[in-house]
Amino acid sequence: MRDLQERLGYLVLAATAVAYFAVYTTSLGRPPGSFDYLAILNTTMPLVLVAVGQSLVVITGGIDLSVGGVVSVCVAVTAATGGTPGWILAVLALGAAAGLVNGVIVAFGRIAPILTTLATLSIYTGAALWILPVPGGSILPGVRAVLSNPGVPTGLAWLALVVAGWWVLRRTRFGMRVYAVGSDETAARAVGVPVERVKAGVYALSGLCSALAGVFYVSTTTAGDANAGAPFILTSIASVVVGGVAFSGGRGSAMGAVAGAVALTLVIDVLFFAGIDPLYQSLFQGLFLVVAVLLGTAAALLARRRTA
Amino acid sequence: MTVEATGIHRAFGGVQALRDASFAARPGEIHALAGENGAGKSTLIKVLCGVLRADAGSVAVRGRVATAFQELSLLPDLTVAENLLLAAPPRGRLGLVRRGHLTAEASRVLALYGVSEIDPRSPARDLSVSQRQVVELVRVLATEPDVVFLDEPTAALAEREVDWLAGHMRRLRDAGACVVFTSHRWREIERLADRVTVFRNGTHVATRERLTEDEAVTLMTGRTLDATYPDVSGIEAGEKALTVTGLTSGHLRDVSFDLRRGEILGVGGLAGQGQRDLFLTLFGARRPVAGRLLVGQAERSFRRPADAVRAGIAYVPEDRKAEGLLLPLSIRDNIALTTLARRSRAGFIRRRAEKAEISGVAAKLAIGAGRATSQAAGTLSGGNQQKTVMARWLLADADVYLLYDVTRGVDAATKHDIYHLIAGLARSGKAVLFHSSETEEIAHLCHRVLVLREGRIAAELAGPVGDAEQIVAASIRESADA
Repeated sequence: MRDLQERLGYLVLAATAVAYFAVYTTSLGRPPGSFDYLAILNTTMPLVLVAVGQSLVVITGGIDLSVGGVVSVCVAVTAATGGTPGWILAVLALGAAAGLVNGVIVAFGRIAPILTTLATLSIYTGAALWILPVPGGSILPGVRAVLSNPGVPTGLAWLALVVAGWWVLRRTRFGMRVYAVGSDETAARAVGVPVERVKAGVYALSGLCSALAGVFYVSTTTAGDANAGAPFILTSIASVVVGGVAFSGGRGSAMGAVAGAVALTLVIDVLFFAGIDPLYQSLFQGLFLVVAVLLGTAAALLARRRTA
Repeated sequence: MTVEATGIHRAFGGVQALRDASFAARPGEIHALAGENGAGKSTLIKVLCGVLRADAGSVAVRGRVATAFQELSLLPDLTVAENLLLAAPPRGRLGLVRRGHLTAEASRVLALYGVSEIDPRSPARDLSVSQRQVVELVRVLATEPDVVFLDEPTAALAEREVDWLAGHMRRLRDAGACVVFTSHRWREIERLADRVTVFRNGTHVATRERLTEDEAVTLMTGRTLDATYPDVSGIEAGEKALTVTGLTSGHLRDVSFDLRRGEILGVGGLAGQGQRDLFLTLFGARRPVAGRLLVGQAERSFRRPADAVRAGIAYVPEDRKAEGLLLPLSIRDNIALTTLARRSRAGFIRRRAEKAEISGVAAKLAIGAGRATSQAAGTLSGGNQQKTVMARWLLADADVYLLYDVTRGVDAATKHDIYHLIAGLARSGKAVLFHSSETEEIAHLCHRVLVLREGRIAAELAGPVGDAEQIVAASIRESADA
């Protein structure tokens, strides 16, 4: 039954993929082509990245609301500087540093994650507005061709890199410790896990993921907006929930969250092709989230009753 | 000396857990640390192994240290294998953990320590308490330490597992390691320890090579406990409070008995013969498959514990943290919880009435040695926590008390208090169903004893039996001829 909870993300992804295929085909009279798949891949990439970072934090029992602010700042800097490779590296370092600030405050300052990241969210968003007061800026076409080429599926390679990155992380000592901290912090400390460093580490990684997301965002939209990050707060948490990561910590996988992120992006397309007013997008996304999670819980409950 | 601590002070909030405490242990010995709940044993161990810092004093520990803590330190969501190998997982090239090898390596380690019935792939939360304790111990033993601290390692273990642990403790000692352990079971201390150190009120009282149980109790409590068990023989049994007919539930098979007011009825037998199912079913926490239950004259069937409470049945479990006590709440709130309705008007609690009534009960049971009832229940020692749960049900003024292994992990002086409390309940006309993992208690405290075997009543002994041997004999005898 726990397996079911952890596979929730894949089940929901499969269901939304079927829905997407059906709605697309009926409304346009032909099945989606490779261009459509690539578009989905490129638009979903930023959320996939933020969701990976968010799930790491949630697995340790925390939450990172500042992802919105970090994405905004990184979008602003990337776009304002024209997105040269040198500046992109600087942006990644900036994101990691912004995350590390969260981590240090949470782990060593012992301030509740929700409070800490709510405060830094506000700070980072403010900084983004200061850097890029009006939407605009640009990114090098060469960088764009590598990150989110609309003609060549480079996005697939990046997605594969994310999966591989997670595979490696799970096999590091740090990866094991992330689960240990989320499972029982006191016990983890008692068996010698450096809890504070692990926590600082996951927030820094979340910051890095948000920075990557910011760069991908500028690459797909070809311009920057200092408010670009705001939607990622809710959607990244939603991806994590749909992906079956337990909010109590210790359980779940970033890959589930990736599946959740793709499903969430597909839902928007489903709504679009079903002819629903974009004004109600948030309403339906919220409904989708509640229904998906309720179904997962109900299924787990049923499975438990059968085995009992 | 491998372990040496002098002049240790350590306080938690306003509570002084250790005051000018000293302790020393040498290589090649098994050293028992004895004392009541709240004497500072666990705190001392945490200071010695470096998990807690002392407020003052010096600690010197030489060699590799490994500790098994009293509150289990397994990570519930990680598998047994991950728990065992968290510190040093098998790694391949590039330094990455070889997840495929984790299980195999864990199986090897478990087998090395003679543990075969635990699946290294199952998450720690799916294990029973005793299995978790075994894994915790294997994790500690597998580091082949020079100094081992074991805090209440046997509290959750069955007889056979205790023998298993004893073997490993001796092996480590013979290899020159220093083994320090705590236990509330004097028999184990007697059997295993080369030396015993007694703690009382956070400080060192004595270290001896030979110590009798009576001497130890005197040292631990600072007073002599005369007749350990109260005399229950004079209590008159009244009308039937509980009549059970043909009860089948869980492991229980066709169990029938009655329980009268003023009677303490013991439920004995080897561990896991259906005792727990009996208590849980009578309290409505488990639905019976068949059988009838009369409370007084009225037939009842409980769908949930709240029904049982309404019918005047109280249940005090052995695992007070999991099944009854809310640690962050105050002692007063914990006691008040089940009787809120009585002291409230239109939904508002009459605070003054509550305070008076609860302070009265708390004082009567000497909970926390006069500590304010506004303190969190979590600050109390194990024995006092158990008394808090009992106080709650005393206030509830139930007719039937189901006491399931209530003295587990409780120190000698508190046990003594609890025995008198139980006798007092019977004397005031309450009916008591009593189970204990210490057969001695059942032998001395009960008017009658039901011995369960494989879910059936194998024997009924008239009490006080006085001799635990008789109950044990009835538990293992093949034919139910008693």
